[in-house]
Amino acid sequence: MLPGFSYTRPETLKKAVEELKAAEDAYLHAGGTDLLGCLHDGVFPAGKVVSISALKGLQEVRKLSDGGLLIGALTTIRTLETDADIGARYPVLSQAAAEVASPQLREQGTLGGNLCQKPRCWYYRGEFDCLRKGGKECFAFNGQNQFHCILGGSACYIVHPSDTAPALLALDASLQVSGPQGERSLPLSELHVAPNDDPRREIYLEAGEIITAIKLPKPAAGLKSSYRKIRARQSWDFAVAGVALALVMDNGTVKDSRVVLSGAAPIPWRSQKAEQALQGKPLNAEAAGLAAMEAMADARPLEHNAYKVPMFKGLIKEELLKFIAD
Amino acid sequence: MPENTGEHDCSCGKGLTRRGFLSTAGATTALVAVSGRINVNVAQAAASEITSEDMAKITLDINGRQQRLLVEPRWSLLFVLRDRLGLSGTKVGCERGECGACTVLIDGRPRYACMTLAVEATGRKITTIEGLMNGEQLGQTQQAFLEEDAYQCGYCTPGQIMAAEGLLRINPDPTSEQIATGMSGNLCRCGAYPHIINAVNSAGAKKRN
Ligand SMILES: Cc1cc2nc3c(=O)[nH]c(=O)nc-3n(C[C@H](O)[C@H](O)[C@H](O)COP(=O)(O)OP(=O)(O)OC[C@H]3O[C@@H](n4cnc5c(N)ncnc54)[C@H](O)[C@@H]3O)c2cc1C
Repeated sequence: MLPGFSYTRPETLKKAVEELKAAEDAYLHAGGTDLLGCLHDGVFPAGKVVSISALKGLQEVRKLSDGGLLIGALTTIRTLETDADIGARYPVLSQAAAEVASPQLREQGTLGGNLCQKPRCWYYRGEFDCLRKGGKECFAFNGQNQFHCILGGSACYIVHPSDTAPALLALDASLQVSGPQGERSLPLSELHVAPNDDPRREIYLEAGEIITAIKLPKPAAGLKSSYRKIRARQSWDFAVAGVALALVMDNGTVKDSRVVLSGAAPIPWRSQKAEQALQGKPLNAEAAGLAAMEAMADARPLEHNAYKVPMFKGLIKEELLKFIAD
Repeated sequence: MPENTGEHDCSCGKGLTRRGFLSTAGATTALVAVSGRINVNVAQAAASEITSEDMAKITLDINGRQQRLLVEPRWSLLFVLRDRLGLSGTKVGCERGECGACTVLIDGRPRYACMTLAVEATGRKITTIEGLMNGEQLGQTQQAFLEEDAYQCGYCTPGQIMAAEGLLRINPDPTSEQIATGMSGNLCRCGAYPHIINAVNSAGAKKRN
C-alpha cells in the first residue's frame, strides 16, 4: 500500500499549474509509472498528487507548418514507437521509444514523464540516505558502481535513465512549458541538472511549471538518425550504454552531427568532442573510430565500470558505420 | 481425530463454485461501510481535492460490469480488484512495474494494475483474467496456455495470459520476434518461456480461425 496523499485531477492547465504551485510537496502524475514506483519505495513522500491525465490537447502529435513536429507531453511512449511519421522522419526517436521499459509501461508512460523521471541508482532507490536524497554522501562512489557514470560525475554518480532524452537531444528538441508566469520555451539541453550544479535536483523547472509539449525542428535534408542501446538483459532494462546519432550528410561527408550518450553520465550526454571529430569528414572507418575515441577522451570510470569505455567505443563506431552501409 | 471432508467443511456454502463465491464476496465488500469521509465523485476531483483521509466515490467498468466503489486516492487498481472486488485472478508480484503478474487490459491495452491508481482508471474499460471467460468455459488464450502446458507454478500465468491477449488484440498475427517483445514485460521464475511462446502462437491461431 502506498503512503497516503491527497489527489486532484484538474481539467484545465491553469488549474493544474495552480494546484502544483500551491503545495511544496505536490507532484505531477502523468502516467504515474515513475511517480508511483518512487512513492512505493519511499524515495520521497508526496503530500499531494496532481494528475494531468485529464488535460485535453496534451496527447496530440502534430506536424507544424514549418515542417517540424509538436509532440504533446502526455503522448505515450507506445505512440512514439509506432507513429509512422516519427518513424519515417525521426527514426532515432521511434527506435529509442521501442527500447524503453516493457510493452505495458510503454502503453502507460508518457514522454513528459520519461524526461522528468527520477534516477535509477540502487542507492537512491534503496534505503540509503544518499546525497541526492538530502544525505551527506554518494554511496555509489566507493560502492557497487558497475552501472554508474563514467562521464560528468561529481558528488553524485548516477546515469540518467531516459532513452528518449538522448534521442530528442540529438534532434535539437525544445520544450514548451506552462507555469505561474505563463508560457516559455526551453531548449531540452537546458532541462537536466548536472550534479556539479546541484546534486539534489534533476530538472530545471520552477515551482508550478508543467511541460506541455516537445517540439522538433524540421529534419534537415540529408539527416540520418538512429538509437542503439546495450542492456544487461534482453527482456527490459535501462541502458548500460547507448548512443543517439543524428548526422546531416552531404555526399558522404558529415555536414553536421549530434552524438548523445545514454548510460554514460548523470544527464543525457552530448559529446561535442565526437561531433568535432566527425565535422566535415567523409564518413569512413577512420572518422568513426576517431569519433568513438574522442567520445571517451574524458571518461573517468569508477572501480567497477571501466568496461563501459571499450563498450561505448565499439558501440559508437559500429553505429556510425551503419550509416555508410545504408 | 475428525476427518477433513473438504466439501462439508467448506464455509463457502453449497451450490457455489469457488469463483461464484468470490464474486459474491466481492459484491459485498464493495458495499462495506467505510471509516473515511466520503467525497464527491472523482469526476469532480477537478473542482475539489480529495484529501488522503477522504474516500472517493468512483465507478469502474470491469469486465463489462459497472462497479461502484469508495476508494482512497492511494489505492492501486490491483488492490481494488483483489481486495475490494474479490477478483483475485490478477496477481500481486513486485508492485513496482517490473514483473507483470498484475497485467490487465485497459481499453484493450496491456497495463500493470499495480502502477495504476484506481482513481485514474475511471472511464476506461478494464478487463481482467476473469473477463476472458465465456461463462464457465476458458477463453481461447486461456485454453491455449492450458493445452501448451505454459506454466509450472502458475503464479505469473494470469499476467502472462493478459499480456498475450493484449498483444493478440493489437496484432492478431505476430511474428516470433513480436511475440518475444510483446511478452517481455512478464517474468516467469519457473522459466516456462518456450511453452509460453508456443501458447501465444497457438492462441493467435485459435483466434484467427
Ligand atoms: C520497470 C521499469 C523499467 C523502465 N525502463 C526504462 C527504460 O528502459 N528506459 C527509459 O527511458 N525509461 C524506463 N522506465 C521509465 C519509464 O519509461 C518512465 O517511468 C515513464 O516514461 C514515465 O512516464 P509517466 O508518464 O508514467 O511519468 P510519471 O510517473 O507520471 O511522472 C514521472 C515524473 O515526471 C514528472 N512529470 C510527468 N509529466 C510531467 C510534465 N508534463 N511536466 C513536468 N513534469 C512532469 C512527474 O512529476 C514525476 O516526477 C522504466 C520504468 C520502470 C518502472
